[in-house]
Amino acid sequence: MSSNVVSLDMPSGESGAQLPSRQHVTGFGFYLYLLSDGILFAALFAGFAVLRTATDGGPDGHVLFSARNAFIETACLLTSSFTCGIAMLACDRRNKFVALIGFLVTAVLGIVFLTLEIHEFADLIAKGDGPGRSAFLSSFFTLVSTHGLHVTCGLLWLGVLLVQFLLRGFTPAILRRFLCFSLFWHVLDVVWIGVFTFVYLVGGYL
Amino acid sequence: MTAQQRHDPRRGESSTPGLESREAHGSFRGYIIGYVSAIALTIAAFAIAPSTSMAPFSVAAALAVLAIAQMLIHLIFFLHINTAPMQKTNILAFAAAMLIIAIVVIGSIWIMGHLNRNMLPMDHLMQMQR
Amino acid sequence: MFGKLTLSAIPLDQPIIMGTCIVLILGILAILALITYKRKWGWLWTEWITTVDHKRIGVMYTLLALVMLLRGFSDAIMMRSQQALASSNGHGFLPPEHYDQIFSAHGTIMIFFMAMPFVVGLMNFVVPLQIGARDVAFPVLNSVSFWLTAAGALLINLSLGVGEFARTGWLAYPPLSELPFSPGVGVDYYLWSLQISGVGTLLSGVNLLTTILKLRAPGMRLSMMPVFSWTALASNMLIVAAFPILTATFAMLLLDRYLGTHFFTNDGGGNPMMYINLIWTWGHPEVYILILPPFGVFSEVIATFSRKPLFGYRSMVVATMVITLLAFTTWLHHFFTMGSGADVNGFFGITTMVIAIPTGVKIFNWLFTMYGGRVRFTSPVLWTIGFMVTFTIGGMTGVLMAVPPADFVLHNSLFLVAHFHNVIIGGVVFGCLAGLTYWFPKAFGFRLHEGLGKAAFWCWFVGFYLAFMPLYILGFMGMTRRMNHYDDPSWLPYLLVAEGGAVLILIGILLQATQLVWSVKKRETLRAGADPWDGRTLEWSTASPPPPYNFARVPQVEGIDAYWEAKQEVMAASNQPYEAIEMPKNSGLGFFVSVFAVIGGFGMIWHIWWMGILALVAFFALIVWSSWDEDDEFELSATEVALFERANPHAA
Repeated sequence: MSSNVVSLDMPSGESGAQLPSRQHVTGFGFYLYLLSDGILFAALFAGFAVLRTATDGGPDGHVLFSARNAFIETACLLTSSFTCGIAMLACDRRNKFVALIGFLVTAVLGIVFLTLEIHEFADLIAKGDGPGRSAFLSSFFTLVSTHGLHVTCGLLWLGVLLVQFLLRGFTPAILRRFLCFSLFWHVLDVVWIGVFTFVYLVGGYL
Repeated sequence: MTAQQRHDPRRGESSTPGLESREAHGSFRGYIIGYVSAIALTIAAFAIAPSTSMAPFSVAAALAVLAIAQMLIHLIFFLHINTAPMQKTNILAFAAAMLIIAIVVIGSIWIMGHLNRNMLPMDHLMQMQR
Repeated sequence: MFGKLTLSAIPLDQPIIMGTCIVLILGILAILALITYKRKWGWLWTEWITTVDHKRIGVMYTLLALVMLLRGFSDAIMMRSQQALASSNGHGFLPPEHYDQIFSAHGTIMIFFMAMPFVVGLMNFVVPLQIGARDVAFPVLNSVSFWLTAAGALLINLSLGVGEFARTGWLAYPPLSELPFSPGVGVDYYLWSLQISGVGTLLSGVNLLTTILKLRAPGMRLSMMPVFSWTALASNMLIVAAFPILTATFAMLLLDRYLGTHFFTNDGGGNPMMYINLIWTWGHPEVYILILPPFGVFSEVIATFSRKPLFGYRSMVVATMVITLLAFTTWLHHFFTMGSGADVNGFFGITTMVIAIPTGVKIFNWLFTMYGGRVRFTSPVLWTIGFMVTFTIGGMTGVLMAVPPADFVLHNSLFLVAHFHNVIIGGVVFGCLAGLTYWFPKAFGFRLHEGLGKAAFWCWFVGFYLAFMPLYILGFMGMTRRMNHYDDPSWLPYLLVAEGGAVLILIGILLQATQLVWSVKKRETLRAGADPWDGRTLEWSTASPPPPYNFARVPQVEGIDAYWEAKQEVMAASNQPYEAIEMPKNSGLGFFVSVFAVIGGFGMIWHIWWMGILALVAFFALIVWSSWDEDDEFELSATEVALFERANPHAA
């Protein structure tokens, strides 16, 4: 056949690219979902920026936020991102033990993060500075809780994944799911950079 | 999901964010660099924030720069988004999302600032008191 | 135990609602009885409810849209009738608290459960076929998306018989939508229903975006992709970008109503204006989500029936992407009058006018496609020409209102109502109906009756002008939107003409229903092969209906209008053997997730907390359960493929 004949019927593999792997397609789709999640957080950040001064005569970030607490939470989450990366490297090399340890440490650090956050919220609510106190506190609690809820869902997801992993090892499906989880976890840390910078530091000091 | 698809990623194929070619140490080094840089940027932010020797606007700007830098570190070293030719779609998607986020956040702040100034007496009074 | 739910939630004292509910329940029971009598439950379960085939899912979306069109249109004709009767001393038949629910339901249903599913359904059916793919990227997720949309539709319709609907208009502005002013369940029905279907839509956006970007046939570069797939790409980009904002904003309103937060309340520092800002940051991209795929339909239809390639493919694509970008820069024009001042208003007024330019480019491209072509005036072409005239008028009135000082006079008047119906009906509805007619034979193997189709078009077309042109005039005369009664008798003649238009559209809809039934009955005489219209793009190379795997061999593409080029060459039949094809297994995940979405949504609406928690737990359990079996594909053997291909010969 001449080269300018368009053939709809040629068997694949004879010309041009292959279709991408399922891993690639799943990873990309999940990445798009994560970008949309970023936009969701952007809307919440916009709300926080607008309502930051709407304290209804109540306390604002200067009084309420603890930089020390935020720093420890940041350290936990950042380290958990690192250990998640190590675990993914182990997955690439099919090293079951290191992967398991890496993900477990990630999970523990995530739980510590959540514990600190829940304590902070409980203290605020006990003092009467809960989400219903003012628009500022509403937007603070909602933005930070949405992040915390994502972390919680991530930990539940990781738990199920680790059970499946222990039962089956490195199947293609589990590798795909670990990939998606690690993307999720890293993006959560990126969102947290925004939270600690604009909510705790800017909101707490400026 | 067709017979042509494989489950393992192939070399030279356009990259999934998060996957990269198997280099034994290169990746580990990448994570270390990313982690250490991120720690440094975090400490810098927490150190600058309480500063009273800079104008508040400068502090806020510095914090924003540090935040963006750290986000880029995460993107490059943890999420493996880079300028390789195979990553084109990933970068475009990312850039589009960032554009939307910028429009939504900056647009909302601009609009609401004007609205609050013109329409909300409470806020007007508060501002007069600053 | 049952939260706020009591038997008094059923509006026994309202005859219209009770009559409607009885008819609906009887109708549903009749359908269930018919399925049981014909012993089709198994077939229904395996072929439709648990299907992950994009073609079937596309059909279900379209069916949902058509059913919801009937509900939304019933609301419309009630409103027209009320306004025709409620002049001066007359009070019509709908008290204000009932009328308010009707116009709110009308808008909500038409946008979220008629237009969106119609557009998504067409994209779902057509795009994989056009790009030479076997299915969308995530077939099970596709099913989940559809069933979540259906769940939302079900919840909204439940509000008719159990409780009430929102009285706030289709966007539920605070502070009216906050607890002090809407203490009932109406706004909660609205919010939960839309949050659930919103998740479905977002997932569908991710799905189709991934499909278009990653699963095109080998050789099909983006610059060779059919225009409908380009507009689908643009629309899904907007979905992924805009719907999270809707989710966040509705979540904030839900928190205000359920947890006493102060995002948009009058007290506690709340800022109702921020709701309006955020909701329209979603709302404006939404209308482009709705209109871009119909633009794509018109491109396909006019090229096919002019027997010419589309004029200006490249400028069409560029115009589409420019519209996509600009869609995110105009949203403030929906609230010029809220008080942001001249600087802000001026900026958004200009961006709003600018977005008309690429749209104009498209209109010229369609006209130039027809010019010099041998146009066949089939009903899809009638819809297209009708669109070009109607949408141009609607677009011009939009550009008029883009001028802030003009908008200060016209905002929230019937002029505005006429404008947006002008562009939505003239653009989205006409486009979807054209697409339905155009791709129907591909989906079902027979054409829709053309004579009835043309008659329906003329009823819709003339009916639209009668129904909405008077509203432009009424807007200038000072009539506001959403009025259930008015004192100025000089408005009455126009409203009577509008009522006449609505009745004519009703006749059009009845003709379309007849067309459907008649076409099914006479399908042997209306039989269509693979390529009934002498089409240009890849979907016409498959059998009608296509096999589950779409293409026995993945097409290799080398240019635009891939199928047209292939048809011009006389091809020797390929002797290559068929290969086995991996197909996704059916899945009940979508259906069950949605069952619990309805249960959970209903529980949350009525403050039946245990029901909400139960549904949430069930949801997680379902996800874990469905993820447990990693083997989600089965193999269609080469023999089976060969058997089907031999039984259904088609062009390529």
